[in-house]
Formats: sequence, structure tokens, C-alpha cells
Amino acid sequence: MLIESAKFILMGTGITIGVTAIALPFGFLVGLLFSMIRVYGNPTISRIVALYSTVMRGVPPIVLLFLLYFVIAGSINLSPFLAGSFALGIISSGYQLEIFRGGLQSIGSGQMMAARSIGMTKNRSIWFIILPQALRISIPSWSNEVATVIKDSSLVYAIGVAEILRRAQYVSARTYQPFLAFSVAAVIYYAINLVANRLIKIVEDRTRIPAT
Amino acid sequence: MTEPIIKVQDLSKCYGDKQILKNITFTVHESDTIVLIGPSGTGKSTLLRCINLLTKADGGRIWLGDEEITVPEINEDVVRRNIGMVFQDFLLFNHLTAMGNVKIGLTKVLELDDEEAERIAMDQLKRVGLEENAEQYPGQLSGGQKQRVAIARSLAMNPRVILFDEPTSALDPELIGEVLEVMKMLAQEGMTMLVVTHEIGFAREVADRIIFMEHGVIVEDGPPQDLFYSPKEERTREFLWKISELYGSSDDEAGAGGG
Repeated sequence: MLIESAKFILMGTGITIGVTAIALPFGFLVGLLFSMIRVYGNPTISRIVALYSTVMRGVPPIVLLFLLYFVIAGSINLSPFLAGSFALGIISSGYQLEIFRGGLQSIGSGQMMAARSIGMTKNRSIWFIILPQALRISIPSWSNEVATVIKDSSLVYAIGVAEILRRAQYVSARTYQPFLAFSVAAVIYYAINLVANRLIKIVEDRTRIPAT
Repeated sequence: MTEPIIKVQDLSKCYGDKQILKNITFTVHESDTIVLIGPSGTGKSTLLRCINLLTKADGGRIWLGDEEITVPEINEDVVRRNIGMVFQDFLLFNHLTAMGNVKIGLTKVLELDDEEAERIAMDQLKRVGLEENAEQYPGQLSGGQKQRVAIARSLAMNPRVILFDEPTSALDPELIGEVLEVMKMLAQEGMTMLVVTHEIGFAREVADRIIFMEHGVIVEDGPPQDLFYSPKEERTREFLWKISELYGSSDDEAGAGGG
């Protein structure tokens, strides 16, 4: 019984990982692009991006998830799994934007000046000089966001996606053993985070600049 | 007289209501080494930044060779390829090795292929005596080595002139000599250089001309022996006397400290 239930919950792991594997990179790309616009773009667009960021971070993710889900699902024909994943990605982009903004702004203005002084264009200077340094600096705070996205992936249960949490709830209702059911869910989430953290640490170590 | 590389005419620059540069006019000819001296806050660094267009001048004109670079339609990036710049605090790219620092302008600005870029970069590193340090990162280099990499990075672009903005001011006294040696070598090889420095020994020995600036204007412009031994202005004499006291006058000695 217990084994059966655990197996059933564990089957949601693929979904949880899938949601994260879409939401995180999507949020990364959008967040990174927006952070560059925020820091280097023209003032008007920069302000629009700032507003975007405050909305994404100022409204509970579950509320945003519902809103975005109905917008996405209403305009294009996507499964709840995909729509939910992209919605979480959009929410995450607000946070990732701020993480990368911090990274970009922590690189001294001298780096840009030195790059421009050898005749490099502004865009290339950002891409080849600023970004490689800013991304490295952002890794520790970015790892926080990874944990957040993994955990927030549980929110898609609210739009009917059968990930870990939804399955745990199902088992709990059927077996009247909520503690066991949710413990299994907790252990799985924790294990996923543990692995993710380890991977990020490896990336951090591999990309570390000697003597800094 | 050789042909002019940099011509500055009536250049002025304000920050707010403070006028930093007032009607600066001078010419740098090919193979000249010109030393700009003057008290801090006199606009020397601003002047260099105006010349390579990192700062926009408010008035006046600048020519690189016979092309005016203060016209609105100028391509600033192309101008800067031809004007090297060495900064007081080195400003090496921290995520790249010495080789990477010298190479990146060749691959990402001049778009040379990797092999050729590496060859040129290695030649430049040899020129400043750092071929052994090619694979080291800025954090693993001493201040003097960093500044020599920065010079090599500039040289690799094969600029028509190099601007030096107090290249030894951030260095420990014992590291100043190696940087000045490299600069002296470049001067002897005929590189055109405009150098802001307090290293009075270098100025006396290497400069073809010294320009003394104060409060945003050029007070005196002439060969070292004139400025040192028969300055036209009392202010020039006072400043040179003071700075010689502070920074020493022996060329072998590193000087009395950073500024």
C-alpha cells in the first residue's frame, strides 16, 4: 500500500521536473534580456521593464498563475501543463531580471569604458565583457531562484496538472494518511532541490575565475 | 616636422557650471611623446577622454590625422580602434587571461581569425615582457604586470596614438619602473604617445614636449629643457619644482609613491 502510494506520487516527479525545465530556462532568457534592457536600454523601455518586474514580484504567484493561465489558454491552444509552465516562467522572469540586473550593475563602469576604448561596440562590450562577469556573479543568488521555481512548480496542481503535490493530495484523500502522503512529496521536492543545488555548485566552481 | 596625428583646437568641457577645459589647443605629431602635467583636478584626464570620444566635448574640434572626429556623423568605434588608451587602474577584463585580454580586440573588433589573433597577441605580450604570463588571469598578476598587459592590449590594435592616463599612479613604488621601461621602449620605437603622469623623471628623459596645464588651460607647452630650466611662467617653475621634490628626479629610482 505504502509502496504503491509512494510510487504513484513519485510518478509526478517527471511533471514537476518538466515544469521546472520549461519555466526556469524561459524565465532565464526573458529575465536576462529584460535585465539588459533595464540596465542599458533607453529610459522609456527601461521603465516599462521595471513596471513588469514589480508586477511579477508584487502579486502572489498563484494569482498570477491563474491570470496568466487563462490568458495563455484563452489565446492559444496549449495543454495545462505547457500553459502552466510558461506562466511560471513569466513569473520567474521578474525575479531573474532583478538577479541579473544586480549582476550587471556590480560590474564596474571601467570594464565598459575599457572595452569601448579598444573600439568595441556597446552591444559587443555587453555581450563579451560585461555579461560573462555578471553571470558568474549572479550564480549564488540565481540558485535561490532555482529552488523557488522547483517549489512553485507545485502551484500548477491548481490548474489540474498531475504533479507531485496533486498526486499526494489524491493519495491523502484516498488513504486518510495525509502525513505519509505529504511526507513523500516533501522528500521528493527536497531531493530534486538537493540535486539542482549540487549541479549549480559544479557550474559555479567550473566557471570561477582564478584568483578572484 | 612630421605629420600631425592629433590636433586639438579650442576644446572646452564643462561639468555642470564648472568649466574643466577652456580653449585647449595643441598638436601631437607622429612619433611624438608628449607629457601632460599639472595639478590634480586640472582636466588632464578629461582631455584624454575627450580625445578618444569617451567623453563628449562641449566645444572645439579634434582631428585624428586629417579627419575631424568631433563631427556628429563620425563612427566612434572606428576612431577608438586607432586611439589606444591605458588607464590608471588598468581595467583589464577580469574574466579573461592576459592572452584573452590582448586577443579580444583582435577577434571581436578587428574580426581576425583566432590563429592570427593569437599570434599577434603573443607578439605584443612578448613586447612587454609577459609571454610567460599569457595564461594568467588579472587576479594572478602584479599591478605592474597588469598595466603591461593593458599596454599590450592597446598595442595589439595597432593604434596611431596611445593615450596614457596616469599609468603608474595606482602602482606600488617598486612596480613603477617596469611600466615606465615599457613606455620608454615604445617612445624609442617611434610610437606616438600622449601621457598624463607625475613621473617627472620620465617626462624629462623621454618627452619631446611637455604641456603644463592648470585650471583647465594650457599654461606652457614646450621641450622639457625649456620648461625645466627656463620656463616662461612662474607657475610652471613652481609646479615642476614641487613635483620634483615629491616624485624624485632619478630615472632609475621608482619615484616616491603613487598619487
